[in-house]
Amino acid sequence: MTTIDSARLAGMFAAIAAAVSADRDRLCALDGIIGDADHGIAMDLGFSAARDAVAALDAAATDPTTLLNTAAKSFLNAVGASSGPLYATAFMRGAAAVKGKTTLDDADAVAMFQAMAKGIQDRGKAEPGEKTMMDAWAPAAQAAGEALASGKGLADSLGAAVQAAKAGAEATKAMIAAKGRASRLGERSLGHMDPGAASAVTVIEAMRVALTG
Amino acid sequence: MQTKKIINDGNRAVDEMLEGILAAHPRHLKSIDGSSRSIIARDGPRQGKVGLVIGGGSGHEPSFLGFVGKGLADAAAIGNVFASPPPDPILECAKAVSGGAGVLFMYGNYAGDVMNFDMAAEMADMDDIEVRTVLSTDDVASAPRDQRHKRRGVAGNFFIFKAAGAACDRMLSFDECERIAGKANDHTFTMGVALSPCSLPQTRRPNFEIGPDEMEIGMGIHGEPGIARGKLKTADEITDEMLDRILDEMAPARGDKVAVLVNSLGSTPLMELYIMNRRVKRRLDDIGVSIHATWVGNYCTSLEMAGASITLHRLDGELQTMLDHPCDCAMFRAG
Repeated sequence: MTTIDSARLAGMFAAIAAAVSADRDRLCALDGIIGDADHGIAMDLGFSAARDAVAALDAAATDPTTLLNTAAKSFLNAVGASSGPLYATAFMRGAAAVKGKTTLDDADAVAMFQAMAKGIQDRGKAEPGEKTMMDAWAPAAQAAGEALASGKGLADSLGAAVQAAKAGAEATKAMIAAKGRASRLGERSLGHMDPGAASAVTVIEAMRVALTG
Repeated sequence: MQTKKIINDGNRAVDEMLEGILAAHPRHLKSIDGSSRSIIARDGPRQGKVGLVIGGGSGHEPSFLGFVGKGLADAAAIGNVFASPPPDPILECAKAVSGGAGVLFMYGNYAGDVMNFDMAAEMADMDDIEVRTVLSTDDVASAPRDQRHKRRGVAGNFFIFKAAGAACDRMLSFDECERIAGKANDHTFTMGVALSPCSLPQTRRPNFEIGPDEMEIGMGIHGEPGIARGKLKTADEITDEMLDRILDEMAPARGDKVAVLVNSLGSTPLMELYIMNRRVKRRLDDIGVSIHATWVGNYCTSLEMAGASITLHRLDGELQTMLDHPCDCAMFRAG
């Protein structure tokens, strides 16, 4: 059983920021094909801001909910864009899901993860199949929940989430965009991976490593 | 190979630009203390007047903050390059220009802008500021005609914001301002063509690939792919191709009156814009549509992208009154 405290969550944001920063140019290039080429920049800015904001907190005196809300607000104000409201809502919902807890056990962490996916869905109003980041987040949340319910621990649950996110992102290549900026492309969006789904894989993988590694 | 730009630091480009703009236009613009991405008109916001807040990503200058001033927008919220501003600076704009008669949010229809402005509207509501939103959807190329609500807002913002700003400045009611803004959008049609890409200050890499002899009709102002790519044609042929689509939708009758905007996407020079405008005039003459006013130049750009857009704004008496209403902004003056 894993026990995740606020310091570990702060480390999670550092890990996501590092992973997204390393992935920035690939994400911009993917976005350049079907969008406006700034997705990697927005994700890099947002997670760097979240990392810095939570690093400035006294982790010993900050509960996970406060830490996640701090991350949400700093991400939002650093980027705006589409990813700002989507990831800010994700972290605010994650914060609400673990309200009152000082540390998170496996079930809490999966609940936080699933709440994040639900937050993105509620804010963006995208359904799976519309070629957005939901195509990675929705199956990932489902896979994590199923793994936990079948008795797996957090490492295996988030491992299942990563696999599902990867498959979901891969599947966006065969989708015609129905939401977001690429939706004006129609069939010309076919064959290309959605950059939001691609970055979701990077984020989820970094979360897995940071929370279970 | 990185593109060449006159910048200091890509991550500081927007804020350094704003510092330069405020230095150049102190008579027209100020920023809010503690919210440097909220740019307010020095003259304009007042008690009893509907406030008009516009905004969007940077990189489209003089859109959006160039249209802040008396008779047009009261404030603009400024995002990063090609990225919607977050809710906080939008909310600060709404608070600063609220005169108790409601605040109108107007911006181009993009998923990111809609989410951020909607969050700001919810926050304004908690401060007892009533916000209504009118999205611009003038880009004919960005969705089929029966899905007009899905279209992007592009250079036609110029006419749409102008009409709304005039309605607000004339102290019309919130309902009337909202109605006129929506009507101005319904009467505005834009088509663009791109010849070469732009590059973001942070990456300094071309944001799309296009062959040396190619053009793309319908490309968006962020380099979003358009509807057709083909060999570069003559100015008359390109203008015809764009006008055909606009006129097909606008369906003007002989004797109708329009305003024209021929807009550079950044690096296309005035010479080429005026060559296009020559053709626009001839085509409109041919079908008996008269031109009330024409603007040619940089109004809604896409950094250094080469290309242009044509916007027709179909006028009736009311929209003509709004268009002719004087305004005095940092980068635009009329009347």
